[in-house]
Amino acid sequence: MTTFVFTAEQQELRQTLRKFLADHSPPAQVRRLMETEEGYDPAVWSLMADQLGLLGLTVPEEHGGLGCGPVEQVVVCEEMGRALLCAPYFATAVLATGALLASGDGRAQAELLPPIAAGSMIATLAVAEQDGAWSARGLRTRAIASPGGGHRLSGAKSYVIDGAIADLILVAAQADGGPSLFAVRAGAPGLTRRPLRTLDLTRKQAAVEFDEVPAALIGTEGAGEEIVSRTVRLAAVALAAEQVGGAQRCLDMSVEYARLRVQFGRPIGSFQAIKHTCADMLVDVESARSAAYYAAWAAAQDAPDLPLVASMAKAFCSEAYFRVAAENIQVHGGIGFTWEHDAHLYYRRAKSTEVMLGAPAEHREVAAGYLLGRAGQPPGRPGAPGGPGAPGMPARPS
Amino acid sequence: MDYAAARCRDIIDIDVDNVRRAAVRPRAGGRPGTAGGRRPARSGRQRRKGRQMRSEDDAGRVPAEAGEVRREARAWIKEHLDPAMRLADWLEVLADSGWAAPSWPRRWHGKGLPPALAAAAQEELAAAGAPGPPAGLGIMLAGPTIIDHGTEEQKRRFLRPLLTGEHAWCQLFSEPGAGSDLASLATRARRDGEEFIVDGQKVWTSLAQVADYGMLLARTDPSAPKHHGISYFALGMGQPGVEVRPLRQMTGDSLFNEVFLSGARVAAGDLIGELNGGWAVARTTLAHERTSLGARVGGRRPFPSPAGSRLAGQREVTVAEFMARCRQRSPGRTSNADTSMVAAGAGPLIRLAADLGRDADPLVRQELARLHTICQINAWNGLRGRAAAEAGGPPGPEASLGKLMASQIARLWRETATLVCGPAAMLAGPDGPLDGQVALQALAAPGPAIYGGSDQIQRNVIGERVLGLPKEPDPSVGLPWRQLRAGPAGRGPAGGGREGGRS
Repeated sequence: MTTFVFTAEQQELRQTLRKFLADHSPPAQVRRLMETEEGYDPAVWSLMADQLGLLGLTVPEEHGGLGCGPVEQVVVCEEMGRALLCAPYFATAVLATGALLASGDGRAQAELLPPIAAGSMIATLAVAEQDGAWSARGLRTRAIASPGGGHRLSGAKSYVIDGAIADLILVAAQADGGPSLFAVRAGAPGLTRRPLRTLDLTRKQAAVEFDEVPAALIGTEGAGEEIVSRTVRLAAVALAAEQVGGAQRCLDMSVEYARLRVQFGRPIGSFQAIKHTCADMLVDVESARSAAYYAAWAAAQDAPDLPLVASMAKAFCSEAYFRVAAENIQVHGGIGFTWEHDAHLYYRRAKSTEVMLGAPAEHREVAAGYLLGRAGQPPGRPGAPGGPGAPGMPARPS
Repeated sequence: MDYAAARCRDIIDIDVDNVRRAAVRPRAGGRPGTAGGRRPARSGRQRRKGRQMRSEDDAGRVPAEAGEVRREARAWIKEHLDPAMRLADWLEVLADSGWAAPSWPRRWHGKGLPPALAAAAQEELAAAGAPGPPAGLGIMLAGPTIIDHGTEEQKRRFLRPLLTGEHAWCQLFSEPGAGSDLASLATRARRDGEEFIVDGQKVWTSLAQVADYGMLLARTDPSAPKHHGISYFALGMGQPGVEVRPLRQMTGDSLFNEVFLSGARVAAGDLIGELNGGWAVARTTLAHERTSLGARVGGRRPFPSPAGSRLAGQREVTVAEFMARCRQRSPGRTSNADTSMVAAGAGPLIRLAADLGRDADPLVRQELARLHTICQINAWNGLRGRAAAEAGGPPGPEASLGKLMASQIARLWRETATLVCGPAAMLAGPDGPLDGQVALQALAAPGPAIYGGSDQIQRNVIGERVLGLPKEPDPSVGLPWRQLRAGPAGRGPAGGGREGGRS
């Protein structure tokens, strides 16, 4: 497994998916779906499961999946980001599947991963609360052990990706034994979900309230912090790849337009003002790509510096994507800020994912923890349990 | 751009006032002080165009594994490196072994290795404490250009001496009136029997003080459009018609020169490529320059040996003496500006922030993390390009970014250093932070965005060659050169335009 060298299978996966998305997620389809409440097309979702096996991409083969790893996940997310696919893939196949795999709970995996892989169960992960932090520290949602077995959850989650349509919500909650992960089924008594209006029209979010909702413990009590930080770390790498795909599409749009659009008797791409803008966009896109790919291989090898490079990648790709998405609008001039042009859809996704799973400054602080140590302490070794920089995400302000 | 080359390079450090004192300069700084370098970036030489280098007799050769190359290099070094031998002798042995320029074709003193593996071999030389091949523009630019465009006779005559250090080279490209628009150059070469006579002025020429040969671009047909009347010569520098005057940079150092050519002579046999076909040859040189000017991050390289006949005395020492002197001179060198401190990445500033008690400041932490990230990404871009090349694919867009990122990193390093140091950023030399390096880098930072093709030219290159955007119309392209308009710097001493002054 050589860093930066995709295998023939991985390249084929990319080509197959690119064609699939061209057929099933063209811009017109994106626009149709973004106006719907559910935000996805069940028929396409089934095809993704049946035809491509995508929903079980990282699910082990014994649970009906393909058994692939972070590098394949990065390929897939990059292509989906490029096509701006409207589907609960990130929630289901990255966040929820990642959490189930990180939990090490064989029984839960055997029960929940097969329907996820088969496309019959949309799932998500609910960690953030009102403050928006993707960390299991300082959670206000409580899990109380029921006398008859199981737990009951009370509290509120927000920023739950595809939370309104999920059949399964994995919830980080504070139990007696510490932060823990729980499974809640759609339709459970006491569960209320409210779709949120979002900046990014192509990916839905929900607020979810729990009033003594019956829930099943996933993994062990107190394991929630480790499960969440591990899941979020890998999800940050996948999201960085999604940002690379989106940024590439913005650059492609700009270059195509700059070649065709004529003013003052010349294609505008021949003017240095536009040409240099496009060149800077390329630097951003390729640099973001290197960062996301490097992080993917670090994740695939479970490298000790993964927490550092995952945060570096997320911080850089977030800012690069937004810069490129914003410049794309400028290159297009008047048409660029109309509703009809797709530029704003990418701009919305870029701004939204910039802060999703932690804003760039937060990730830089995580990186600084590894490089400089927490204030006044020596630098930690990435991956060392309990080291100064060990948590994958900044802690909630207390 | 000529200046360019030497500045970022393997860097012979020339004391202009006393060439005999010139010594080899090591790279300053160490690896970034991070636990994150699990797969360390190797050398900046990674970018060299293996495609061209291997074209001659190694086409289709399957790249050996890096481990195999390292083992082979180690074994060879162990067998041949003798600390008691003269440095000059060692350089001959090294040149003839193929390990001096492993990316060159086997027929021409190389091993036909792809750039990544050639870099691995360099690291083995460094690890063994062996003196490296001579640094400078000979190996970096002249050699690859001659391999691509020279005749058999020229290859025999020029290639080996630049590996053994006998010949040092400089690049006589830029002129006062031809900077970014290099093809408008006005230096003339007129045929005189079996020779050409050269008149004109070159500028920004690194290492001209010690060079034995210059890669010279001169106009041989003023009536042709500007790109079509240029020829490329190997000009002997040690002759009365060549006068070198040092220029002083804003850092206070004099690392580049003006070169005045008045009736200088060059044999017709030293024409590289076709008469009036010099632009194609120049493009090869420029491509090597562009791809090798990316910021170097990490990677060990051997101390380069002194190049050129004027430094022959420095090759009379033993290998052991030479290495001792290199090690002695390496710590805390502050006399010459260089971007090598920048090449060390955020590491020195991270340590400095800790020393100054600034490492708890949230702003400082943000900026150090930002700097570390961009330095690492620059290295990863290089590794990705290298991986693509090793996998046999064409170089991707990532290979074009290094030069632009290097200048960005130099600026970011300067700003981060200022933030970390606060008031101490006002102090220089022994009074300044990092033994004066912070002040020095502040002064060195503007250069990389200009030399070796300015940032603006890099963006044109990326826009046109990578993204395929249309070229800016150049009204001078089809016109005979002699009709072109020249700016003030392009006018000769007598004043007047090209038409009057230059024909």
